[in-house]
Amino acid sequence: MKKILLLSFIFISPYLLLSQNNLGQINGNFETNLQSYTDDPSIDAIAADEVILNNAYLNILYTKGKFTGGLRYESYLNALQDYDARYQGNGIPYRFARYTSDGLDVTVGNYYEQFGNGLILRTYEDKGLGIDNSLDGVRLKYIPINGLYVTGLIGKSRTYFEYSEGIIRGADAEFNINEALKLEGETSYILGGSFVSRFQKDNNPAFNLPENVASMSARLNIMHGGFNYYGEYAYKINDPVGSFSFDENNYSTGKAIVNNLTYSQKGLGITIESHFVDHMEFRSERAKQKEFIINYIPTLSKNHAYTLLALYPCATQPEGEFGFNTNIFYKIPKNTLFGGKYGTKLNLNFARTNSIEGGNSYLNDSSSHTSNPFKSISIKDETLYFSDFNLEINKKINKKVNLNLVLAKQKYNKDALEGKTIGEYGIVSSTIAVADVSYKIKKGHTIRLELQELLSKDDATATNHADGDWHMVLAEYTISPNWFFAIQDMYNYGNYDEEKQLHYVNTSIGFMKGANRFEIGYGKKRAGIFCVGGVCKEVPSSNGFSLNISSNF
Amino acid sequence: MIKKLILSLFVIAFFTVSSFSQNRTLPSVKVKNLKGSLVNIQTIENDGNPIVISFWATWCKPCKKELNTIAEVYEDWQEETGVKLVAISIDDSRSASKVKPYVNSSGWEYEIYLDPNRDLSRSLGVSTVPHTFLLDGKGNIVWEHRGYIEGDEEELLEQIEQISK
Repeated sequence: MKKILLLSFIFISPYLLLSQNNLGQINGNFETNLQSYTDDPSIDAIAADEVILNNAYLNILYTKGKFTGGLRYESYLNALQDYDARYQGNGIPYRFARYTSDGLDVTVGNYYEQFGNGLILRTYEDKGLGIDNSLDGVRLKYIPINGLYVTGLIGKSRTYFEYSEGIIRGADAEFNINEALKLEGETSYILGGSFVSRFQKDNNPAFNLPENVASMSARLNIMHGGFNYYGEYAYKINDPVGSFSFDENNYSTGKAIVNNLTYSQKGLGITIESHFVDHMEFRSERAKQKEFIINYIPTLSKNHAYTLLALYPCATQPEGEFGFNTNIFYKIPKNTLFGGKYGTKLNLNFARTNSIEGGNSYLNDSSSHTSNPFKSISIKDETLYFSDFNLEINKKINKKVNLNLVLAKQKYNKDALEGKTIGEYGIVSSTIAVADVSYKIKKGHTIRLELQELLSKDDATATNHADGDWHMVLAEYTISPNWFFAIQDMYNYGNYDEEKQLHYVNTSIGFMKGANRFEIGYGKKRAGIFCVGGVCKEVPSSNGFSLNISSNF
Repeated sequence: MIKKLILSLFVIAFFTVSSFSQNRTLPSVKVKNLKGSLVNIQTIENDGNPIVISFWATWCKPCKKELNTIAEVYEDWQEETGVKLVAISIDDSRSASKVKPYVNSSGWEYEIYLDPNRDLSRSLGVSTVPHTFLLDGKGNIVWEHRGYIEGDEEELLEQIEQISK
């Protein structure tokens, strides 16, 4: 028996050696985030019973010719405190197989998909936010004629380690006219349309609930020289939750309109974006909780990279919002008075969002109320949600010194954006300044200093005070290509409550080599709202050590 | 007998693993160009010269620092090594419309693509940006690097010089 085995291996091995190029390739990445938690009553940080918590992920991808297969192993033992506790234990919640054959692209298992801007469907993963709503099912993509891209899908959306009850069916078509007609002109047109429907059985004897909830959207993209226009309109039929609570159980429809116009030429870029949204949250289940959301309404504000500029972050209000966001990017040319030897980069940004005229459909009776996108533009009685006016200047002074300055004026409706009672905090106004200087000491060695200041003014009519004024200092020393050392202190010196005038000190050391990265940190984190791409989560305060390791292969 | 069996298993395993790990190339995944057309990333080429693929986003400070730093010396790099830089933005629909205005206003001469659904970055195991890959003239991924700190561009140039000889 053993002889036969050995013989067969001997026969197989040369075959394996010869065909080694046909075996395909395996690659992937690994990440682990370990954090210890200790009690710190001053910042309301609570020690974890487990002392140490850990989130880890391993992605493996196998590719051979037209075939790809992949899986992600996820381990939450137990989930970090800023994660939902329903992420618990180990599992393989993501696995798929995909192949392409004569232009037909087939995926079975889990997949991420977005139609247009995502107004009616976007499934994605964001580790930082703890979001993963991938669909599990079947997806087909096909190009029947040049320039026509068709997608069809069916699946169930992931929520933590389970799948929500609704079955999601969707189709999207995009038609690139210039590709189809082989036009070479300066103007190009792309048209698109999509349809998404959710099926869930009416399990409520008291109400007649729609079992198939449909949403649809149409989009248009025109490019001409330096101009680019993108417009999208989305509509969703009524989707009552089916509870006895009046404000949850209404039959209003939803809509959204997006208009983006940009212009650019060498040295100059201008963007004007706006949207109108009314009752447009689309969920994978007849429920209100945000973990079921399967669409995405892009937030209209600058995605700030500095801590104090993002202390009061904007988030889209899908139940009713009108807003716009404009940017001017300009590079003052080299060898001019303000440009200096290397040129100076400017970015002026103004963003504002407010409630829609007459209130959103959700709180009105749908049969008598129609929200009007055009009336919302003339800001009269509407409530301000967020506004941000800021200027960023980036200047390379000489070969050693680089300077980045930001000045901002922000208004933040804490009640509306954080779901507080109206009148609790009102609108917090803040003025923020950031100076970021880096100095190259010698080859590979750089020191960088960040100074940030936030001066805030509470709403005089509000009953509670916000956090008040902040300082922040960050010092970073980097040795390319392997090391970085950083220390930062956030100091809430202007807190109305003297006991909360605290320092939040954090230190970290990182080592990087090729595709591997190690980082050790220690310090206090403040409780707050953490956002990526306008989607936010509440983060509890914490005090402890952290260890992050990530690696690619 | 058993020893031989184990040995042959090891030999097979060794060759299997080594053949798996050799010649890592780009996957067959589509990205969007700035004209809105889908392009298979495997079709990018540079006449047998090296290609740098850099994943970035308009909201990522170190990414912009890296690409702005390289932009100043890009012409020299191209002359010396024939390298081409392909910058792939992972901006989603919140910021994707700012990619072209930002690129143009900064005067970058790179080849730009969009990966808004992160199909390509997921296939290459890119979980954070910036993340840089270096491809040799045959399209093999020969080097990769996560993050950017000032001075990292010099290591990248050394790596390019090694394979462009």
